[in-house]
Amino acid sequence: MPFEALVAGCLAYVALMFGVAFAADRAASQGRVRWLDHPVVYTLSLSVYCSAWTFYGAVGYASRSGLEFATIYLGPTVVFTGAWWGLRRLVRVARMHHVTSIADLISARFGKSNRLAAFVTLIAVIAATPYVALQLQSVSLSFEVFATDSLTDIPLAGGGGTALWVAAGLALFTILFGTRNLAADERHHGVVTAIALEAVVKLLAFLALGVFVVWGLADGPADMLGRIASRAQDQGWILKPDRWTALLIVSGAAIVALPRMFQVLVVEAADEDRLGTAGWAFPAYLFAMSLFVLPIAVMGQQLLPADANPDLYVLTLPAQSGQNWLAFLVFLGGFSAATSMVVVCTIALATMISNHWLVPLWLGLRRKPQGDDPEDLRGFVLNARRVAILSVMAVGWLYYQATGGTTTLASMGLVAFTGMAQVLPAMIGGLLWRGANRNGAYAGVGCGFLLWLAMIFLPSVGIGSPPPLPAGVDPLAFAIFLSLTVNMLAFIALSIFGMPDPVERLQGLSFVSAVDPIRHSRLARGADQAEPLLVMARRVWGAEDALRFFRSEAAFQGKSGYLPDLTPRFLTRLERRLAGSIGAATAHAMIDSVAGGAELTVSDLMEVADEAQRAKEETQRLENATAELARTARQLREANDKLTALSVQKDAFLGQISHELRTPMTSVRAFSDILRTPDLSEADRDRFAKIIYDEAGRLTRLLDDLLDLSVLESGQAQLSITPANLHDLIERALSAASATRPERVFRVDREPLDEYVAVITDADRLLQVLINVIGNARKYCDAEPPVLTIRVRRNLRGGAQIDIIDNGSGIEAGRQALIFEKFARLNDPARAGGAGLGLAICREIMANLGGEITYLPGQGGAAFRIVLPRRPPVPVDAAHRLRA
Amino acid sequence: MPDRPLFLERASFRRRRLGDAARVLPVLAALAILVPVWWIPARVSFAAGAVWLFGLWAALIAAVWALHRALRRADAATLRASQAIAQDDDHAL
Repeated sequence: MPFEALVAGCLAYVALMFGVAFAADRAASQGRVRWLDHPVVYTLSLSVYCSAWTFYGAVGYASRSGLEFATIYLGPTVVFTGAWWGLRRLVRVARMHHVTSIADLISARFGKSNRLAAFVTLIAVIAATPYVALQLQSVSLSFEVFATDSLTDIPLAGGGGTALWVAAGLALFTILFGTRNLAADERHHGVVTAIALEAVVKLLAFLALGVFVVWGLADGPADMLGRIASRAQDQGWILKPDRWTALLIVSGAAIVALPRMFQVLVVEAADEDRLGTAGWAFPAYLFAMSLFVLPIAVMGQQLLPADANPDLYVLTLPAQSGQNWLAFLVFLGGFSAATSMVVVCTIALATMISNHWLVPLWLGLRRKPQGDDPEDLRGFVLNARRVAILSVMAVGWLYYQATGGTTTLASMGLVAFTGMAQVLPAMIGGLLWRGANRNGAYAGVGCGFLLWLAMIFLPSVGIGSPPPLPAGVDPLAFAIFLSLTVNMLAFIALSIFGMPDPVERLQGLSFVSAVDPIRHSRLARGADQAEPLLVMARRVWGAEDALRFFRSEAAFQGKSGYLPDLTPRFLTRLERRLAGSIGAATAHAMIDSVAGGAELTVSDLMEVADEAQRAKEETQRLENATAELARTARQLREANDKLTALSVQKDAFLGQISHELRTPMTSVRAFSDILRTPDLSEADRDRFAKIIYDEAGRLTRLLDDLLDLSVLESGQAQLSITPANLHDLIERALSAASATRPERVFRVDREPLDEYVAVITDADRLLQVLINVIGNARKYCDAEPPVLTIRVRRNLRGGAQIDIIDNGSGIEAGRQALIFEKFARLNDPARAGGAGLGLAICREIMANLGGEITYLPGQGGAAFRIVLPRRPPVPVDAAHRLRA
Repeated sequence: MPDRPLFLERASFRRRRLGDAARVLPVLAALAILVPVWWIPARVSFAAGAVWLFGLWAALIAAVWALHRALRRADAATLRASQAIAQDDDHAL
């Protein structure tokens, strides 16, 4: 393929990328983000992990070390298998705090310390610069493959001009689409969409090459496996467990800690739910990218000259086989891999450099009296980013020119990985452990950084050499284990012995528990303070955005206009939105400087906790009130039920009474009518008159009983309380009751000695009860011979109980509850001859006397127990009358 | 009547167990990748190793896919159940 055609194709591809990015940015600005936010786009954007190092370097790595290359992709796979609880949590917390970069995350967690963020930025810049250089080198190398016909002597640094053009083009792209605006969330739809497209291109290119190699050059998978097996004598291919483990750890760390990975994984994520798809789709992407690496490496070694650069097998294999279009596709794939990595990495680094180096420096240098600061901070931040992008690109290019290119791509990639892995312990510790503090983070990251610098970075650029190690110990694996172990120990030790400041403790709580952060403010409420904040926000976001934010916040508080009250919620939200543009530390410092926020103290923390506690108590109180209401409602319902039942009872009672009164009344009327007939014999007249007399008597008794009952029920019965002897009362009751059914002779079983109990009560009323009970026994006892047992027992607390038991058939269990009700007559009424009020009256009398009468089941007959108190209760009005 | 609480219990119980599985899976994955290399490095370095590694890899992807699908469904079921309860409460009030 002619070089000019290649350049033309390449330029067309670049133009396509610009177009896609432009279209996506336009769509996003018009609010059409539905497909831009799709989880597939997100997953594809994660593929910036597969830089040119993967595209070219993986094959070179595999041809030197066999399967070891796979660690770089297996580490992320293991991390992504835990995406559901690990990465989702990271993304959720980071989105909650509007984190803009990994340095910002660490700084926000450890008390919004800008110095810590600046330090992490330093590590990121040192680690990433050679990595960016590596991408430029890979692009210029791939151009050289087409420019020169030779397969072997491709100059490593020969393409300085190409690299410069590429760097310039990428800088332009990044500035155009990466610094378009200073949004409150650092998302770049145009860049992400272009990256997603590039991800598809590089995957297709690599798969096409792999299919060509396995089925075109080799003879299918079985043949391929045979060729791999034939390498069994190659000692370099034997896996080394220590390197294997160390590289897995480092690559697993890199997937979250590398600035560009943090950018696409966390910062560009709309929410954490897309990790549900990315959790399996991204490992699948890595799987597809890795599947043909080993076959390509083996075929390259077997088909190409021994001194051909293994890092370029992916290009030289199709080119040598005359597959020009495939070679061009592969070239575009490699170009995509390199450019997407450089663009995202540069954006991430530029954000960190501007937020943590340039802006704080500028604010520090130009500290003016509050309020009258007319500068447009937004313009400064954007310009700072542009400068940072150009610097990163320039330094990368200079580095490439100065070192003349490295011989192996893989080693430089690993240098960047191991460097950023030093940030990981502080990050994970900060997310999982509330006790982690800033000094621990400084110590851990610092120790790890120094060890990395001495043992990995400086040797990689030819300064110094790694310390001598015993044979058999791999220097890289040793350096990784040592630096990470010292890092973690220092982090844990200083965290344990240190005491975090209050801001840090609040942030720690928010990060570890994934709850909304609270910004405490001792500012007085009122609109007068909101204006300087609005001025400040305008400087960062521009007038329109700032006004929109302030108005929506004011509307949320129910206020009109643009100046909300300075509630903790508003300040928290404002600071977090600002942090989304300029980093947590700077946003915190700016709000403090404008709003005059005093240093947060431990007592403020306690106050925050108190507020939370109060809110909790309020909730509890409301819950209690609700429960109380429910209880009252239940009581009311029960009362209502009782009233309804009483009403039914009352109706039944009236019906009963009418019936009871009507029966004698009917016979009185009938017989008086008969008396009026003139020719009635004297005997008949007498007989009828007697019937009328008897019936009238019955009526009177019934009415007496009813009156008696109503007086007793209303509690207004006049009691004449006197001392009495139970023995005498029982004697009198027995003789009075013997008038009932006098034909039956009862044997009465008594224990006279026990009966001499003196009680204070209304003797007449008690006698009435006794007569009634004994009379009932005489009436209903159906045993032969009938026996009446009377037992008296003194109670422990004074008073007495009288049991009256006959030997009849008793009252069946189902009706025992009814016998004390009015008109509850057992058996047939004619036989009893009463209205059925006797026991009801007894119950009322006993209640008036302060005792009770109950039915005793299981005594071999009908049995009643009359319980008397030591003395009857004195009714209130009775007591009044007594005193009067 | 006891159907709905029973359903809720089942849904959230299943959701939690799936959450446990999501925590265990990375550990299992790491062990499956590390142990053979520590144990028999020479035998997993070539063709057999490639088959083992890529087979394991594909199995992991399938496992994560199945797990995430189940988790999403369990989340949806839990949500539905709690919404149903909330609606019932509304009616009761």
